[in-house]
Amino acid sequence: MEILKTYKLYIGGQFPRTESGRSYLVSSLAGEPLANACLASRKDIRNAVQVARKAHGAWAAKTALNRSQIIYRIAEMLEARKGQFIDELSEAGFGMEEANAEILSCIDRCVYYAGWADKFQALISSVNPVASSHFNFSTPEPMGVVGVLACQNTPLIGFISQILPIIIGGNTVVVLANSKMPLSAISFCEVLATSDVPGGVVNVLTGSIDELLPTLASHMDVNALSLATVSNMPKVFEAQELAIENLKRTQLLVHDFKNQDAQGMEFITDFQEIKTTWHPIEQIAGGAGAY
Amino acid sequence: MNHPSISTELSSLLLSSPSIDQIGALERIARIQSRSIKGAAKLQGLRMALSMIDLTTLEGKDTTGKVRQMCYKAQHLHDQADGLPTVAAVCVYPSFVAEAKKALGTSGIKVASVSTAFPSGQASFEIKRLDTQFAIDNGADEIDMVISRGRFLSGDYQFVYDEIAAIKAICGPVRLKVIFETGELDTLDQVRRVSDLAIGAGADFIKTSTGKIQPAATFPVVLTMLGAIKDHFDKTGQMVGMKPAGGISSSKLALQHLLMVKEVLGEAWLTNEYYRFGASSLANDLLMQYQKQLTGRYQSATYFSID
Repeated sequence: MEILKTYKLYIGGQFPRTESGRSYLVSSLAGEPLANACLASRKDIRNAVQVARKAHGAWAAKTALNRSQIIYRIAEMLEARKGQFIDELSEAGFGMEEANAEILSCIDRCVYYAGWADKFQALISSVNPVASSHFNFSTPEPMGVVGVLACQNTPLIGFISQILPIIIGGNTVVVLANSKMPLSAISFCEVLATSDVPGGVVNVLTGSIDELLPTLASHMDVNALSLATVSNMPKVFEAQELAIENLKRTQLLVHDFKNQDAQGMEFITDFQEIKTTWHPIEQIAGGAGAY
Repeated sequence: MNHPSISTELSSLLLSSPSIDQIGALERIARIQSRSIKGAAKLQGLRMALSMIDLTTLEGKDTTGKVRQMCYKAQHLHDQADGLPTVAAVCVYPSFVAEAKKALGTSGIKVASVSTAFPSGQASFEIKRLDTQFAIDNGADEIDMVISRGRFLSGDYQFVYDEIAAIKAICGPVRLKVIFETGELDTLDQVRRVSDLAIGAGADFIKTSTGKIQPAATFPVVLTMLGAIKDHFDKTGQMVGMKPAGGISSSKLALQHLLMVKEVLGEAWLTNEYYRFGASSLANDLLMQYQKQLTGRYQSATYFSID
């Protein structure tokens, strides 16, 4: 007898079942039953945000180089296991060629953002001219915990294209996976768990977007939102409105994530705050300032 | 080894102290923990828990500034929210009692002071007496004393009993809470025995821990102590208070503790005259849950004062 696997959530580096004990059936594009996935609840969101907040300090404090190494490690692990991911997609009803292309672009994207990790800061930082005895400079800082509504059209490339630029900049994420095709995202979490990505940096929930998105969008401890457009646009607009209360920055994505224009430095800086520092400098004997 | 002599009064107290069925205690706790409180009952529970807090700072690095700040927090838990109570008391070292008393003014919030060479209790009785007297002279409304665990564990029950009785005599009308440091007592039988002993010696409240040692206020320990309070009440009609301290940092745990009190002792104990939480971080979690109930939004620590 064939047994359908029940995929679990990914929270704090662990794979727990949903606190609610619920699950739902995931089918292939042709309507064949594939597996069960957790139907996450509001409390799972609460738990995920809590661990994402806890993980943020240490993740942001790592050197950019170290984050780069860790993201590059994801690419290596994904490369080693790409057969599994391609099989999974073809079982879900994708053609071999399409599945192959999707996974290869996922690996590319990891390498691409690993490269950006220690470079974007220099490009968007500045030393500012001021009319006083100050050395005045602006540098980017991560925003904190970012809520992500993953692309609902692709199983993995959208998911990866959204989270990588957010975490490479030192943020942590709570992701609502593709509701109809959540399996690849959860399998990808197994890669994350074995790639030196600290627990809590990426947290993934599966379930109903209608049920979960308002809770995530209204959560006061979530600092920003990345929303990939879904068929149910009113839900996205509702999320934008709920985000106002604590001034979450909201990113709306309408990209075809397989394209090259779905990657770039702007996806990183969308989730950076600029901090400007005024550092007093001494002017000796009326001489000109050093800066 | 010489067995210390024990008075007839204490000996009958100890003989009637039952042993604890640990498996039964765990099952009962599991049943209480499986219940969930929602909606209006949860709001009421959260408010009640807030009103029972002894807001505590007991660090070597405490300063008058820190104590003043905590006293402000005690009176203004979260000014954005309506209908919130204040905490029951602030709990500080004897050297900060005067400062706390001044800062709390006429708010009605009590000042509790630890004493008797807290947290170890390793000092001569003369020092413990002066420690307690100093706190009371400075205006302490309540005294949280520690027992001599070493003496208790070596079987010198009379010493522990007499010490509590002597401190109670100094306290007079000042409420006396007796801290057992259950994390050092190892078994539930020991916890029950020391509970009976302390209640017999005149404790107004019994308290689990100093907060310096883990485990602290675990459910089995608290259930055992509540059982001692219940038996004493059934026998004498006197109500003794309970204060779990240390390790209760979430609203969920606090509400489960309240459920346990209601089930074991009944509603008469659900007031800060007879029940307290010794805590520092619990208050903010209760406030965040309270705001969540009111607004429907999960809250962020960013919007709540630290202390």
